[in-house]
Amino acid sequence: MYQLKAVDKKFPGVHALKAVDFEIKRGEIVGLVGENGAGKSTLMKVIYGAYQPDGGTVSIDGKAVRFQNPRQAMEKGIGMVFQEQSLIPNLTVMENIFLGYERQFVRLGVINWKAMSEAAEKQLAKVKLDIDPATITSALSFAQRQLVELAKVLTLEERVDGDLVILLDEPTSVLAEDEVKMLFTIVRDLTKRASFIFVSHRMDEVMELSDRIYVMKDGAVVDVVARGAATVEQIQHKMVGRSVDREYYREQRQKPYDASKVLLEMDRVSLPGRIKDISLTLHAGEVLCLVGTEGAGREAILRTIYGMRTPVSGTLKIKGNEIRAFNPQAAVAAGVGYVPRERKIEGIVAGMNVYENMTLSQMGRYSRAGVLNVAAEKALARDWIGKLSIKAHSEFADCGNLSGGNQQKVVLSKWRSGGSDIMLLDHPTRGLDIGAKEDVYEMIRDMSDDGVGVILVADTLEEAIGLSHNIIVLKDGAIQQRFDCKPGAKPTLYDLLHYMI
Amino acid sequence: MKRLMTRENAIRWAPLLVLIGLMILFTAINPAFLSQRNFARIAIAAAPALMVAIGVTFIIVMGSIDLSMEGTVGLTAVLFCFVFLATGGTLAAGAWVAVPVILLAGALIGLVNGLVHVKLRIPSFMASLAIGFVGTGAAVLITGGDIVKIDDDTFRALLTWRIAGFPLMVYVVIVMALIAWFIQSHTTLGRNFYAVGGGEELAHASGLNVRRVRILGFVLAGVFYAVAGILQVAKLGQAESVSGANFMFISITSVVVGGVALWGGIGGIWNTVVGVLIVNVINNGMVVIGLPDYLQDGMLGLLVIVAVVLSTDRRSISFVK
Ligand SMILES: Nc1ncnc2c1ncn2[C@@H]1O[C@H](COP(=O)(O)OP(=O)(O)OP(=O)(O)O)[C@@H](O)[C@H]1O
Ligand SMILES: [Mg+2]
Repeated sequence: MYQLKAVDKKFPGVHALKAVDFEIKRGEIVGLVGENGAGKSTLMKVIYGAYQPDGGTVSIDGKAVRFQNPRQAMEKGIGMVFQEQSLIPNLTVMENIFLGYERQFVRLGVINWKAMSEAAEKQLAKVKLDIDPATITSALSFAQRQLVELAKVLTLEERVDGDLVILLDEPTSVLAEDEVKMLFTIVRDLTKRASFIFVSHRMDEVMELSDRIYVMKDGAVVDVVARGAATVEQIQHKMVGRSVDREYYREQRQKPYDASKVLLEMDRVSLPGRIKDISLTLHAGEVLCLVGTEGAGREAILRTIYGMRTPVSGTLKIKGNEIRAFNPQAAVAAGVGYVPRERKIEGIVAGMNVYENMTLSQMGRYSRAGVLNVAAEKALARDWIGKLSIKAHSEFADCGNLSGGNQQKVVLSKWRSGGSDIMLLDHPTRGLDIGAKEDVYEMIRDMSDDGVGVILVADTLEEAIGLSHNIIVLKDGAIQQRFDCKPGAKPTLYDLLHYMI
Repeated sequence: MKRLMTRENAIRWAPLLVLIGLMILFTAINPAFLSQRNFARIAIAAAPALMVAIGVTFIIVMGSIDLSMEGTVGLTAVLFCFVFLATGGTLAAGAWVAVPVILLAGALIGLVNGLVHVKLRIPSFMASLAIGFVGTGAAVLITGGDIVKIDDDTFRALLTWRIAGFPLMVYVVIVMALIAWFIQSHTTLGRNFYAVGGGEELAHASGLNVRRVRILGFVLAGVFYAVAGILQVAKLGQAESVSGANFMFISITSVVVGGVALWGGIGGIWNTVVGVLIVNVINNGMVVIGLPDYLQDGMLGLLVIVAVVLSTDRRSISFVK
């Protein structure tokens, strides 16, 4: 019913889509996979009208259409749930849901909040989210916001008569496992009414949910796979053009850490409502994983260490010095690096180019008396563009124009190149393709070899188990259990889950 | 690809194209526009304005706004005259001391401005507007509402001594613009302005001292306003409390016309230079072609809107702040 034929899209220096043919049938769930920068998000943006294709045709039920903007696409029943969250944080949930479509609640120029609230509740019920529609959006968790985005898109159901196509760009990358399950149930349920396009870097999810999978590489569709027609390995092979290492987490490179050298020590640190009585130590060369559900306090611990939160009790010692003033500058000066989860707000500055972003936290090292050594900065950027195969036309590329995964790579190189010896990584592999994930795992092992201590909040439990020396399981802000993760004697998923919920 | 390339380039070069277009237009209407004498006139008119505009560019790149320029220029101009006269009244007799003293005074006013904004957490436009009024008030207080004159030939050489037809102050301004460009693109401070303007939270999370950057931005702007104050005295040979009048509109208009985004992070010194030239060419051109006075302001307003439409990529902002 919805069809793209030979669609082309070019950006300065990048041929992002090359003669892409794409089709989606009524009630179908189509998966879309590919490396970082393969063109998945661009394809989605063409479909929902944010970009106009340079060539090719788009048709719905055989009729050619051309969308000038997303609103026109929406009127034809096409809605998008964004990879980078797009809700306006200071508005209420209901205002976000009906943003741009408030008119239905307006009587004589006045908004009938009660009617809007009721209507919003109805939308939220579709995604089984039980929150007050008058909540300010910034108070919600990532997962809840994701569901609100979906609810917002689902308002199309009432507005549009024809078929719906809903685009999900990496909707699961910030969700916990049970939340993913719930999302999938909701999506399957909704296929009665809508078709879905689903982009994710988690192959198992794509395989589980999709009826057909489009595989993209370098802007072209290289294959379309029907459900069950290929294994994960085969699809990955098509994506990256080579086989993927079986020894994914580089366990053979996990060496014992230097127990005599303590980098960081937390002693009974509490933040009311977030964490209580957290004690932990991090040694040189150690990878310490924090495991828990959303809101269990993992992020709060990282943010406390990084100085973004000031604990009310307990002490934090970095390399033997007790921290008194909690702020990021002091943390950076003490050698702490932080790769945050919210890339859009805390990861890269859109509008600044690759090298400017990379040296942002370490300008002191690239300047003398306040004068920058731009040549050295550029060299650094070129080096890392090569090392992590960042898809950018050059070190002058605006980071805001890079694909999601490539932005993440820039953030990682920013901190890795900064020489921090305490690294806080929050979902470092979020949005990365398997090839890039391997690079990150390799990077983590390199850091251990260099004596860097890493505190990791992993994307999946497998990742946590595979990478860490030690695991701390958190629940409701308190430590439940600690696990020793020597290679060969690692805990199982079940062991961890038992303490998480 | 071709289409997008030209669009991107069009945005980058739009202000310059607008400038060239205007020059062609005015020349076509009155060929006298295109003369060295007229260009010198434009350059002299633009010189102090450019200093003010460059000062405020730093602030706008940070995503803040500074409206203290009129007061700061007026006060520094008046103070300059006083210090100049007090230290001998001629450059030769040691009155050159007035220059560093006034630059310092400008920095100090900027510092107060920045501290009020950052430490008291008052929005920059409020804080700076207030400081601007205080500045004007102080200038009135010092002068008692009088005009202070300087006639030292060596100092006035800034206006009277011409190299290749352009007075010395034009070269001073060029040097200052180069310094500003250097600060913008080759110092950590300049980079920090962009980081704060492009993503304040991120700059903070990268370990930058955002508050310090903000304060330093206002200090720097203050120094450039002080230069404008000195040039204003050089141009007119006198100062009074209203020496800074009109700079607010001219400078902010120029910055926006040149393509610096008011929401921060985008554009820079060269945009401002072109913007100042556009505004001054329009002003001068309207006089040269004999447009009646009462139409000039309206015309300027219209052209500003047209220039903003042409020169900024408003499409890339998903939600306008
Ligand atoms: N607005 C833009 N301007 C210039 N280049 C762009 C723009 N948007 C995307 N690109 C480029 O197009 C290519 C494809 O990007 P896209 O975002 O579609 O990748 P993706 O498949 O979604 O990757 P990821 O898995 O990392 O999200 C990348 O090389 C990217 O740098
Ligand atoms: Mg993407």
